[in-house]
Amino acid sequence: MIKALGYFIEIIRGIFITTRHFVVNLFFRCLAVLGIKTKRKGSVTIQYPEQKKEIASRHRSLHRLMTRPDGKPRCVACMLCVTVCPSECIYVEAAEDPDPEIQKYPAKFIIDLSRCCFCGFCVEACPEDAIRMDTGNVEFAQYSQEDMIYDLDKLIG
Amino acid sequence: MTETLNEMLIIFIKIVCALAWLLGLTLFLTWLERKESALIQDRLGANRASIFGIRIIGLFQPIADAIKMIFKEDFVPSFSRKFLHTMAPFISFFFVAITIAAIPFGDNLRIGNRTIHLQILDFNVGLLFILAMLSLGIYGIIISGWASNNKYALIGGLRGAAQIISYEVALGLSLIGLIMVYPSLRLSSIVLYQGELLFGFLPKWGIFLQPLGFVIFLFAALSETKRAPFDLPEGESEIIGFFTEYSGLKWGLFMMVDFMEVIIVSTLLTTLFFGGWQVPWLASDGFHFPWGGELLLSHVVVVLLQVAAFNIKVFFFCWLQILIRWTYPRFRYDQLMDFGWKLLIPLSLVNIIGTGIIMTL
Ligand code: SF4
Ligand code: SF4
Repeated sequence: MIKALGYFIEIIRGIFITTRHFVVNLFFRCLAVLGIKTKRKGSVTIQYPEQKKEIASRHRSLHRLMTRPDGKPRCVACMLCVTVCPSECIYVEAAEDPDPEIQKYPAKFIIDLSRCCFCGFCVEACPEDAIRMDTGNVEFAQYSQEDMIYDLDKLIG
Repeated sequence: MTETLNEMLIIFIKIVCALAWLLGLTLFLTWLERKESALIQDRLGANRASIFGIRIIGLFQPIADAIKMIFKEDFVPSFSRKFLHTMAPFISFFFVAITIAAIPFGDNLRIGNRTIHLQILDFNVGLLFILAMLSLGIYGIIISGWASNNKYALIGGLRGAAQIISYEVALGLSLIGLIMVYPSLRLSSIVLYQGELLFGFLPKWGIFLQPLGFVIFLFAALSETKRAPFDLPEGESEIIGFFTEYSGLKWGLFMMVDFMEVIIVSTLLTTLFFGGWQVPWLASDGFHFPWGGELLLSHVVVVLLQVAAFNIKVFFFCWLQILIRWTYPRFRYDQLMDFGWKLLIPLSLVNIIGTGIIMTL
């Protein structure tokens, strides 16, 4: 009986909590609509397309290929990222580079982002630090799957 | 002859106005539900729907919802009983919408030498009529569950039937005390009685004469609306509910019926327990304050004040019901039945006996 009474009190308290949230938030939202700046916003909503949350520096976003000072990709077509990729969505075609220091360069470097799971393994595997996922771009959704296939131009550019 | 025609015209206008009021408020409530839940949960709520870039805090959202629902495919499963499947939402809708006929929106409005009663039909048995229509509404749910020919829909329909039948008892019993105090079933006279004063200053509202009856009625009525915490017939997370097989506008009708029930319950709470259109100390010629002051007002102002009071009270109860819906989690089924049969019904019997004893004293 006592226990049931305790529940009952908690139930009543519950509605006071929601009422408090309602009234307080309503007050601050009204101030905001009237254009009065206050410290509290009355909501935690981020109005996405207009307002954006800052992306953490370690966030894994769209890939990019790093370049050497002369503008060529840093990648040496070692195929490590191709091997490690769990989604098997990287395709690299190697070609011989005249510079004996470099030996190989990617003639084709294609990532099928429609299959990528953004695990970041390719970045970890790369011995040349040639591929990174630090563009901060997370809005590359497309209407067709073909547009999600990124080649060398798109990845460097 | 012209007199009857005029009468008919007036009734027709009253019906149109009352239905417009009901449906308009329903649309508004869908918006309110989104916004209120958002504020409770520290969110913003729907605010994107716009017409030519004008947003006015999402007030166009109900229109957008309606357009979406109208253009959705109205899918009737091949295994359902087609005719009943189509009928069910309309049955639900009809029985809720018709109850508005007995609700008094205000006192008499005098235009010239014509007196217009601000109520569609002043039944002798208005209260019973509303209760009966609300319980008939359950047929829509049972039929929708059965005609869908889907296990989950059927379970939802059965749960709805069980729940509403058990709470109907408490609902009816909780009102008996009230009927003993205001010896009438005619809603307009119940409201008139509530205009009198208790101890010379307190308005004789049902809440002051029947506090226990009010609490019981509130809980029973909440469960009549089939919304959380009593949303067993829907129970989105367990069974999808009696409207599992509905889509498009028919589903929209069921959703509107939910909101309309909220409104009807609010009007009932207002009419029975909070003085209906009565404003405290407002008589037909103006305010007569118990501490002596007077404030005389013209007839039109008084009627407007009364209708406004009715609307404000109804709106408050709609707000309260949405608040409750967004505060409490769903009951478990056995708890629900226990609550109805073991708590509410005995309490309402106690209420009747208590009222009887006090009245004979
Ligand atoms: S992030 Fe993962 S899935 Fe995507 S390309 Fe790199 S290794 Fe493959
Ligand atoms: S791991 Fe690095 S260097 Fe090797 S192929 Fe991939 S991107 Fe090029």
